[in-house]
Amino acid sequence: MTEQEHIQKPSTEKNDEAPSVELVANTAKNEQLKNDLDNLLDEIDEVLEDNAEEFVRNYVQKGGE
Amino acid sequence: MHRRIYGLETEYGITYSFNGQRRLSPDDVSRVLFRKVVAWGRSSNVFLENGSRLYLDVGSHPEYATAECDNLYDLVAQDGAGERILQSLVTSAQLQLSDEGSRGSIYLFRNNTDSAGNSYGCHENYCTERDEDLRRHEQFLIPFLVSRQIWSGAGKVVTTASRGTHFGLSQRAEHIWESISSATTRSRPIINTRDEPHADPEKYRRLHVIVGDSNMSEFATFVKVGTTCLILSMIEDRHTVLRDLTLEQPIKAFREISMDPFGDGHCKVRLANGREMTPLELQEEICERVEAYVAKRDIPSDQLEALRLWRGVLEQLRLDPLVLADRLDWVAKYSLIEALRTRENLPLTDPKVQLVDLLYHDTDPQRGLYHRLAAKGNLIRMVDEARIQMAVTQAPETTRARMRGAFVRRAKEKNRDFTVDWVHLKLNDQVQRTVLMKDPFKSHDERFDRLLNSL
Repeated sequence: MTEQEHIQKPSTEKNDEAPSVELVANTAKNEQLKNDLDNLLDEIDEVLEDNAEEFVRNYVQKGGE
Repeated sequence: MHRRIYGLETEYGITYSFNGQRRLSPDDVSRVLFRKVVAWGRSSNVFLENGSRLYLDVGSHPEYATAECDNLYDLVAQDGAGERILQSLVTSAQLQLSDEGSRGSIYLFRNNTDSAGNSYGCHENYCTERDEDLRRHEQFLIPFLVSRQIWSGAGKVVTTASRGTHFGLSQRAEHIWESISSATTRSRPIINTRDEPHADPEKYRRLHVIVGDSNMSEFATFVKVGTTCLILSMIEDRHTVLRDLTLEQPIKAFREISMDPFGDGHCKVRLANGREMTPLELQEEICERVEAYVAKRDIPSDQLEALRLWRGVLEQLRLDPLVLADRLDWVAKYSLIEALRTRENLPLTDPKVQLVDLLYHDTDPQRGLYHRLAAKGNLIRMVDEARIQMAVTQAPETTRARMRGAFVRRAKEKNRDFTVDWVHLKLNDQVQRTVLMKDPFKSHDERFDRLLNSL
């Protein structure tokens, strides 16, 4: 860990209410993700079975910027 | 400057589909989408009471430009507000189309490519000092922008003639053609130099970064803008000696990095001085320089937080990128695609895979795959939903946007005819009173108070 990682926010800043983000996700969360991904795929199964090819092919825009 | 003004412009893709069939062209559905906007502002190009600009852009893309922000949490909230505002337009357009007898659903995507090879962008804008030295951009900013996709990329299943189908980091890799130029549509550059500062032109420029993806992840948006601000501070500080990391061929490097998300293709980029390094090594070297720079300076705390998170991501990328599915778009999307492929034994070219790639970017909160994962707590949020909802009607309080938002709200309440752009507030009455706001950092002004009080 370097010095910078320990710098504390000045208490006057309005960001203080923002939750502090952990630097690394823990492995328990990764297990949870596996389950959630599987559940999500179950939920969208019907959507994917239906016309995936046509939907993708028909998704045509004009160039932007 | 350490405190900086910045904003995001995001172009959305749109389609209207019934059982996979496209029933209305993007032009037609965008027009329906903007009926409510036109009724409100008598134009499809309006400034809203949160200080933002909402309009139909080139190619019928609904586009939302956030108000000027000087705080990264505000930026994430204002950007999220844009998506919520467009979603509310989708809801009413959907009702109108059903009433008119159309059967189908509107899909609004926050991504950067369609199925036919067209691209649309998410542009980052940074207010910079007028006196700029493009050589310092080449040495330090361009190498940063080319390599940051290893964490900021939104990910995409890409098929190219030469390399077949692969999972790439950047949505824009096949659409960026130059390093620095003034073009946007014909030949997209990494950074665009057109000189429209939207501020006092003697003091400021506006750096227009085109190369980035539209991020769903709030974390990625927060870190990419925060770290870019720090890089710009170093470039502007002429006393800071920059390490010369000029790339031999930036566009080639950008494409090669995109093709090698896990580094197992052993992609190395070549610097102009002949040195070769992996994109992760390049990011680590830049990060180290930034850490040394901030140590002696008074840097806003949100930018320091972006730096801390950037360092954490780089450390984790070295160990195991897949753990970052809770914060990086490309990793979340990759995990989802791999889960699908494993379960159904599908090749990357399968249309279902491509549909998942697309639906990750669906802005519908119930349907969109990013939103469903985030709702289950699988992706880190940088601001809570209440703060985003507040940003739907409230401009940032610490920049010029505060005055624009207040003016639009009051003029609307009082039914006054007005014209607004990034620097002007004008009442279209007999006196034609106008307030010019040349300083984007200034959130209060006596002339503005007089104008507002007279309404």
